[in-house]
Amino acid sequence: MTKNIKCNSCDNLATVHLTQIINNQIHKIDLCEECAKVKGVSDPEGFSFSDMFAGSIDSDSSQGSEMTCVACGFTHADFRKNGRFGCAVCYDSFEPILAEILDGMHPSLHHRGKVPHLALDRVDNQTKIQFIERSLRNAVDAEDYEEAARFRDQLTALRAVDENRSSIQINP
Amino acid sequence: MTIASLIKRKSELLHGGAGPVPIVLSTRIRLARNLRNQPFPGWAKVAQKCEILSQSSETLREVPSLKTATFFNIEDLADTEKHILVERHLISRELSESSHSAGVLVGRNQSCSIMVNEEDHLRIQVLRNGFDLEKTWKTIDSLDSKMEERLDYAFAQQLGYLTACPTNLGTGMRASVMMHLPGLYISNQIEKVIRAVNQLGMVVRGLFGEGSDAIGSIFQISNQQTLGESEKEILARLRKVLTEIVHHECNARMVLIESDRLKLMDKIGRGYGVLRNSHLLNSKESMSLLSLMRFAVDLGMLPEENRSLVDQLFMESQPGHIQYNLTGESGSDERDFYRASLLRKAFTKLPELNFDILLEQDFTKLFPEGL
Ligand SMILES: [Zn+2]
Ligand SMILES: [Zn+2]
Repeated sequence: MTKNIKCNSCDNLATVHLTQIINNQIHKIDLCEECAKVKGVSDPEGFSFSDMFAGSIDSDSSQGSEMTCVACGFTHADFRKNGRFGCAVCYDSFEPILAEILDGMHPSLHHRGKVPHLALDRVDNQTKIQFIERSLRNAVDAEDYEEAARFRDQLTALRAVDENRSSIQINP
Repeated sequence: MTIASLIKRKSELLHGGAGPVPIVLSTRIRLARNLRNQPFPGWAKVAQKCEILSQSSETLREVPSLKTATFFNIEDLADTEKHILVERHLISRELSESSHSAGVLVGRNQSCSIMVNEEDHLRIQVLRNGFDLEKTWKTIDSLDSKMEERLDYAFAQQLGYLTACPTNLGTGMRASVMMHLPGLYISNQIEKVIRAVNQLGMVVRGLFGEGSDAIGSIFQISNQQTLGESEKEILARLRKVLTEIVHHECNARMVLIESDRLKLMDKIGRGYGVLRNSHLLNSKESMSLLSLMRFAVDLGMLPEENRSLVDQLFMESQPGHIQYNLTGESGSDERDFYRASLLRKAFTKLPELNFDILLEQDFTKLFPEGL
């Protein structure tokens, strides 16, 4: 469940969680809805992380922003400015700092929801099998046997697809 | 379909489902989806955004349930038309502010809409009258699956659907329920409820989402987090929170009737008088008056059959809808006069308020069924 984090500006419960990377350092802010509004967090242009951390950011850091997305050229500085990523591959490119960015934002870091089977099918059948095996383990751990049964059925079907493929290869 | 026919046509928000009910106005679920091989809209070049727009709008047309949908390119819409789509909750303010290479596909009964090149490549939304998270989820889930047959979504094993903003990772799902809470609002308990709801990982916002005021005692309750729980778990949690709020609202209404009966009768009576007689009404005042009239229907002071009229007037007296009916440049006086006339005409046709019912009724009936 949700962690109860206090607002950085007052004692209310924080509901807005922001993370930005400035000079290779993670900066996190947790605010309540009201303080977020006062500080203009919903308006990216009007809100400056540097203001919140006045003094704590070393602007002459020599580390610079060498972490750049291989696919789209998105950089640290860009994420700092927008709080949004540039493309899907950014999640791989920024992997070393991702856990810190996501910390406290969601209940956990493992997706348990819908899986786009058809889309993934076109991409890689094997990846999907591994994923569902994991989902199955999660479901069993969570004692959600209805879900577990569903995953088991899906696994059987998927492996059948794989077997068909290999048999075609063996006997062309 | 043009914006003009969209306004005339019956919409899910006003006429869908089993018809309007007390307290819960509408249920909405949106899914954020992105294409695998394109940069997110906020980072894509204009040419790439154009490609995303034309490709996805073409591909979406192949989805059977979207055959009768209408595509609106943001470039082709006048400001008032965009305003109307925002007021009907078919596009976001963000999308209405973009000037090019963005658009929206609107389903025939305005229950489903798909925004292209908002913060994510695709923002799918299904909206239903009243309270029905299960059906809304089923509808959007199958639409999303149909789209997936034709589009390669960006997805990762651990993080789920990949979105421009990390706050939407995982399911990419935001489920929200629009609630009418005059009892809690009049008795100054909204703040307390918002705090309690926040602690349960849900967010409370005004009518138009982020940063909007509590216009007409209307509040949106939605999930904050998207990664780490399945869609069903998120919806179950939202449902629990919502049921609790409904109970608090009903209690607040009963307390109001018990202890402040005369004040309540006076407040609703005055509101009715203003709606019947005023000649200048701004949108904020008209929304709060119409909110009182919806409350009057809940209490039985106006016949139930007038509920959808009140909801319709609520939609039609919003600034964009008023402006659309006025030709050319019009000042705020002109708009306020037009709005007052619209409401005056509607309310003089309604029966007198039944005040006696507040003196006699058994108010355990206030609790809506099925929640
Ligand atoms: Zn605060
Ligand atoms: Zn990237």
